[in-house]
Amino acid sequence: MSAPLLEVRDLRTWFPVRGGVLLAARGQCKAVDGVSLSVWPGETVGLVGESGCGKSTLGKSIVRLVKPTAGQVLFNGTDLASLPRRRLKPFRREVQMIFQDPADSLNSRLTVGSMLEEPFLIHGIGDDASRREKALELLRVVGLPPAAIDRFPFEFSGGQRQRIGIARAIALNPKLIICDEPVSALDASIQSQILNLLLDLQERLRLSYLFIAHDLAVVKHVSDRIAIMYLGHVVESGDGEEVYRHPRHPYTRALISAVPQPVPRRQRYRQVLSGEVPSPIDPPPGCPFQPRCPHVQPVCREQRPLLREVGGSGLAVHTVACHFDL
Amino acid sequence: MTSTATNSAPARGEVLLDVQDLAVEFDTEAGRARAVDGVSFTVRAGQTLGIVGESGCGKSVTALSILRLLPQPMGRIVGGRILFRGQDLATASMETLHKVRTGQIGMIFQEPMTALNPVQRIGKQLSEAILLHRGVSARAALEQSIELLGKVGIPSPEMRVGEFPHQLSGGMRQRVVIAMALACRPALVIADEPTTALDVTIQAQILELMKALQDEMEMSVILITHDLGVIAETCEDVLVMYAGRVAEVGPVEDIFERPSHPYTRGLLESIPRLEYPRKSRLRTIEGMVPALMDLPTGCRFNNRCPHRTGRCTAEAPTLDPVAGAHRVGCHHWRGLPAWAEPAA
Repeated sequence: MSAPLLEVRDLRTWFPVRGGVLLAARGQCKAVDGVSLSVWPGETVGLVGESGCGKSTLGKSIVRLVKPTAGQVLFNGTDLASLPRRRLKPFRREVQMIFQDPADSLNSRLTVGSMLEEPFLIHGIGDDASRREKALELLRVVGLPPAAIDRFPFEFSGGQRQRIGIARAIALNPKLIICDEPVSALDASIQSQILNLLLDLQERLRLSYLFIAHDLAVVKHVSDRIAIMYLGHVVESGDGEEVYRHPRHPYTRALISAVPQPVPRRQRYRQVLSGEVPSPIDPPPGCPFQPRCPHVQPVCREQRPLLREVGGSGLAVHTVACHFDL
Repeated sequence: MTSTATNSAPARGEVLLDVQDLAVEFDTEAGRARAVDGVSFTVRAGQTLGIVGESGCGKSVTALSILRLLPQPMGRIVGGRILFRGQDLATASMETLHKVRTGQIGMIFQEPMTALNPVQRIGKQLSEAILLHRGVSARAALEQSIELLGKVGIPSPEMRVGEFPHQLSGGMRQRVVIAMALACRPALVIADEPTTALDVTIQAQILELMKALQDEMEMSVILITHDLGVIAETCEDVLVMYAGRVAEVGPVEDIFERPSHPYTRGLLESIPRLEYPRKSRLRTIEGMVPALMDLPTGCRFNNRCPHRTGRCTAEAPTLDPVAGAHRVGCHHWRGLPAWAEPAA
């Protein structure tokens, strides 16, 4: 374990904003604007943030569902960001993705069996019989009955569909899985089943996860390290427990205090942020959080704070992008 | 204003809405499904009742039934009474119902974009709600709209009345929907997953706003949600529903500190909490919610329940009093192990 499996360096994914008669580019939507992070073998890195913070775009940029504008996505040392599409195929085996809504990400016209056999077919692995054997094995691993193999996605509940999505993602023994809101569409009692399954699979298959979600409690639960995103930037990162116990960024603090806890009448300080997330098309000058920050100072409106180390060391280094020590 | 006799505000804590033995059926392709079966609860003046449960438990159907907003012609109330200030809304005339809908009970839906008319300016939509039940001029209605928008925390409301819903963010749209629900100064607001589509920091804003408005206007609220955290932090009473029936009902402290139904316990144990050690395995409820057409006999939770006995499959439990207003629908609640606050 001497090198990271995935290393994202100063990644930017900008989308042109078009308008007018000739649909000329009128500006840039800076969905991801200079993000660096790493995922080491066997660990889970959680990425938390609210809608529009760029967390999903970051995930898609890593697997090249979206082409990054600048920066590097080093997977075992190879830069996926600059690789031509046709040379990506071998890496598609190594890096897989699980999506939020399995109803949308599964082909409704394919049986579960043909869906699970497809990855092997695409990569020319095995014959018909061995592929079916593999599909049955995958179903067993994710806790679905063998009879599921000849059924269609609509015949399953949300939780079962997510199991199918997971089976498909682990089919080719990937090293890294990008989980994009894998449990947010599920009911509470099913959510815990899927989280346990992901944890079990990680242990058994030695998987690494980049776990993207808006729910801080879920992300903290499954992650070793977490990064908080706001408006295209990582504003704080570090060991999950440490960031939760000693948050340094005012946004992280607000996020933690906004999570409703299932404890009635608990007297606690809640910091309710005023205002809303600004548009990434027209981000505020200086710190991206300054328009909503309760501690804002003049310097915040002029200079964007860079991530700096505030504690921990090595992998567990705690970094925060704020001008001040709160 | 609507009929004067019924509009005098009841004292705080008095029963405002009394739902008794409500039953709702839907015609589906597969046959007739009973989505709500024998649900009873009360809402007290000035207080918040939370209804919690997973998809398909009947919480939204219960809410829609109160205002008789069930999808037609598939859905219908087939039993029970919905007593609001003494009149039974389940059997009330359309005229009475119209008065209640426009003047006494407001409704907030989950997705503000679908609750608002996309091609009408905000001001027009709000004015319409005001004009419906107050004899004021269009101009006065618009002024009141501006005042209401200010009240729900929308910056520069005099500009916003001229805008269309798509020009607002999700949080702002939900504020507009709240303003519409409040336009008639209702005694009761039914909010169906009002913050589910919103980010947590915006959710915190909206919940705080609703609480402040509730105190100021002395309203009662029925808050429907799947989020036990939201229930714990905003409600006085809770109704836990499972597969169309009441699993457990009572004051919020009782339900969270002494949950007496295996389903309530399972829910409380399965949600990840910030203080749990990382990667610990969560408790789960085995299996999944049964389909309405394929419900188990007896207790509807029996096929997922770790405490199931023969009696559970033979006989549906009735609601047993635990203590005070806390009641539970389980044959074996007395024999359950003592509840310990979950720690994974």
